[in-house]
Amino acid sequence: MTFDLNIPSQLMAALLPDLLLMAGGMVLMLVAAWKPESDAHQRFVGQGAMALLVGTIAAVIFMMVRGVTGSPGGVIAVDGFRWVVDLVILVGALGTVALAIEHNPRDGITHPESHVLVLFAAAGMMILAAGRDLMVIFLGIEIMSVAVYVLTGLNRRSPRSAEASLKYFLLGAFATGFLLYGIALVYGASGHTQIESIGLAIQQHNLVQNPMMLVGIGLMLVGLGFKVAAVPFHMWAPDVYDGAPTPVTAFMAATVKTAAFAAFFRIWYDAFFYAFGGWGEATWWLAVLTMVVGNIVALAQKNIKRMLAYSSIVHTGYLLVGITSSSALASTAFSFYALAYTLATFGAFAVVASLQGERVDAPIDDYDGLWHTRPWLAVAMSVYLLALLGFPVFGGVGFFAKWYVLQAAVASPVGTTSLAVILVLTSVISAGYYLRIVRVMFMKPRPDGAVEPAAVGGLTRSVMVVTAVLILALGLFPSRLVEITAKNGFRVYPYSAALDMGRPRFEQ
Amino acid sequence: MTQFLDGIAYNSWILPALLALPLVGALLVLGQGSSAKADAGAAMRSARSLALWIFVLEALLSLGLWWSVDVASPDWQARVDAAWIPQWGVRFTVGLDGISLMLVLLTTLLMPLAVLGSWTSVREKTASYYALLLVLMTGMLGVFMALDLALFYVMWEVMLIPMYLIIGVWGGQRRLYASLKFFLYTMVGSLLMLVAIIALGIMAGKGQGPDFSYDAILQLTRTSAVPGAFWLFVAFALAFAVKVPMWPFHTWLPDAHVEAPTAGSVILAAIMLKMGTFGFVRFAVPLFPDIAMHPTVRTVMLVLAVIGIVYGALVALVQPDFKKLVAYSSVSHLGFVMLGIFAMTVESMQGALVVTISHGISTGALFLLIGMIYERRHTRQLEDFGGIAKVMPIFSVCLTVVALSSIGVPGTNGFVGEFLVLIGSFPTQPYYALVAATSVIFAAAYLLWAVQRIIYNPLVKPENAALKGMDLNWREIGLLTPLLIAIVWLGVYPKPVLQKTEAAATRMVRSVESARTSPTLLSTRAASAAQQGR
Repeated sequence: MTFDLNIPSQLMAALLPDLLLMAGGMVLMLVAAWKPESDAHQRFVGQGAMALLVGTIAAVIFMMVRGVTGSPGGVIAVDGFRWVVDLVILVGALGTVALAIEHNPRDGITHPESHVLVLFAAAGMMILAAGRDLMVIFLGIEIMSVAVYVLTGLNRRSPRSAEASLKYFLLGAFATGFLLYGIALVYGASGHTQIESIGLAIQQHNLVQNPMMLVGIGLMLVGLGFKVAAVPFHMWAPDVYDGAPTPVTAFMAATVKTAAFAAFFRIWYDAFFYAFGGWGEATWWLAVLTMVVGNIVALAQKNIKRMLAYSSIVHTGYLLVGITSSSALASTAFSFYALAYTLATFGAFAVVASLQGERVDAPIDDYDGLWHTRPWLAVAMSVYLLALLGFPVFGGVGFFAKWYVLQAAVASPVGTTSLAVILVLTSVISAGYYLRIVRVMFMKPRPDGAVEPAAVGGLTRSVMVVTAVLILALGLFPSRLVEITAKNGFRVYPYSAALDMGRPRFEQ
Repeated sequence: MTQFLDGIAYNSWILPALLALPLVGALLVLGQGSSAKADAGAAMRSARSLALWIFVLEALLSLGLWWSVDVASPDWQARVDAAWIPQWGVRFTVGLDGISLMLVLLTTLLMPLAVLGSWTSVREKTASYYALLLVLMTGMLGVFMALDLALFYVMWEVMLIPMYLIIGVWGGQRRLYASLKFFLYTMVGSLLMLVAIIALGIMAGKGQGPDFSYDAILQLTRTSAVPGAFWLFVAFALAFAVKVPMWPFHTWLPDAHVEAPTAGSVILAAIMLKMGTFGFVRFAVPLFPDIAMHPTVRTVMLVLAVIGIVYGALVALVQPDFKKLVAYSSVSHLGFVMLGIFAMTVESMQGALVVTISHGISTGALFLLIGMIYERRHTRQLEDFGGIAKVMPIFSVCLTVVALSSIGVPGTNGFVGEFLVLIGSFPTQPYYALVAATSVIFAAAYLLWAVQRIIYNPLVKPENAALKGMDLNWREIGLLTPLLIAIVWLGVYPKPVLQKTEAAATRMVRSVESARTSPTLLSTRAASAAQQGR
């Protein structure tokens, strides 16, 4: 089925899942305001939000199975890549709401609107994943970001949460300025905001050498680099991840990143592909810096949320390897990776949330000897950490995610084998901090007087079970998922033409 | 026998069954351990005996391979091939030749003995311990069977986590340090190998999606100059050299061996180290014959091997801890294997394989004996012992026989392998063989001296005198007997092992010899650079 996006009714149909989510979100906001704040009401709205997300997931799957596509051009992409990314985003939002319903009371949060904000953020992300025009993409980023700024500061009793929110807001606004200025310059150089038209303009007028275009691309790289927390634009991430309520941290670490990367891939591959000579080296260094700095600093962390924050920076680096390798394979690897990473991150944060209890702090010492009191919690946490490490079988699908990215990097026509080597070498460092948690859980005795962790709530437990089972099952039988992501990959221009126009390749 | 095995289509299901049985067993053992929570002791005993039965069943199942595998055939035996991830050209392909046959049998037959050896020493979290041993079994067998490089890599990594936990949870004083060191060392090597495997797979696919099957990659490296072949070889060689371990990558080994519980040490020494040498024989050398046999590379490998032989022996000489002494002796023995592989004659290659097997038997037995005396005496320091022969005669006899076989006294299994390696490498590499031969003397020195200090010196310490009446029990005698029989049998009549491995070793040496096309390393690299630039 192909939609003609110039006809309003068909455009509406192509936006069906997004509209469903937004309309449902607004209804839920009214419901949330209907009754005074209370824990029961918070739960009720949260369950409504989960139902709405499940409905939206069904709509996206319907669109994907029907193989819906859109007419070329236009401001909204209707393609498989969008549906796959939407799915990952919605699964992440579902996990966030599920964790938040049970974690909110511990933080003393009773606003039912917190769940609605997650829905709005998810709607913004879906626009981000679908945007084919820089203005639409900008709109998506703003819808997403404003909601997430508020979510970060949800815990009003905690000064750290307020600090995180303010810091994220100020720096985020600053980064948005970079992005917008970059968009303006790109528009000035190419005369377009529609990304395929930009790509065409770069190709036809050889804008690789155009300074205005290059500065525009650079500024956009800074703006997006901030959103995905690439080094050196990562400074906000550890503080914000640490201060935010734990479910929101998971949301930021996995889902915000997925959405931002989806836009990153679309802009870079559809608009700037022929300017590879201009940005190839920049993303190469960005990837290397992010992998090296993120991994080394993560080793020194004593708080598990900060450690996972740095680990999410590291995964940004791995995905930047995908961006740099400029191939269709990299975009399919991205959607696979995003799903694997989302599952592992939500699992890990579910454990963090349930061990953290009512405290603001989440020191790694809490995990000493966890195996002796809560064996299954320790085993599940190990699965998530090994998945983040990319270890086969025990880390399940995490290994194949890494394999996919490595395959894209090694097969890349631009010669990014060196990046693959740096990726694996830095991931040895990551074994140091992921295994540290495994080690304290299994190999240390439970300290005397350690608090017995509170019972894990039903929703949190289902998040843990579902993520762990999916990680392990997809780790043994990934071929179906590979097939789906490969089918819904990204169209990429033919290599040779693109690369001959730019600077020389990395490896001769 | 062969007819019977054919009748039940043994070859078509045995390898997957051998891989699956321990995994199923691990789940059963875990279930057994947690179901009977009311009585922890009973749960432990039932988990323990269930695990033993699974290991015994596995060993019995695998015995048929001795007859069913046709070692003379150039094809893979008992090959099973199934799709796994078709989009990436990753298949589940397993199969055997004469070399891997011996290693698979060594694994399946040694594991029940290792389990029996740690029968009473593991008292906490017993079910988890045996479940991990079972998972480890699958990983080890998978490495020897895999005929798809992606599958091989997965299996190679699968072994790491169980071993890491076995050392780290049930190990000795410095277990945290030792387990992490073991893990990180292995991982550095193996992740670079992962990149090399992916690169080879993509090239073998010839533009139509990757192909990771061993045969396709062998075909690729034999028929065309692979770009960056030198670096690919380095990646493989590093992963395997860490595992062997070759000097100077051996420093994880003494820590891991000493801190691991008895079964862990036995498995590490007898089987896991062999994966390194097996990796050289199966992958690093045959895939890159012109790099591996290039004079410079070959000299480097031979020098490292010989340094390992002599260094391991000299360091073993001064160890106060018996377990550490045996650990360093492994460095020395494995150096012989590497010398045999890189000397690259049929005799030396076969010798390397025999050392591989007999080191597994002798060193496995030594670690078992150390475990037995440690359980009674709670020390491994050589100076704490003395005069044990008077109070524990059976133990002393066993220790003496095993020590003699580890030294390589004629009539024991140790002699055959080292002798073949030396004979085989002397014609092509006389100087290395000469230096290596000296270590036979050192081996006699460190082991006989250790044996003397343990069982013969005067019985002065009251703790040792108190061991009277605590000689080996029937379980321990029972588990040592097969090892002692193997030691003597292989020493006197090694023909079955030689016969099984001869065809595979000959084929490999011939194919490596014939594949040596480009004479210099630099021209290989220049050619590959030229191809990459094209």
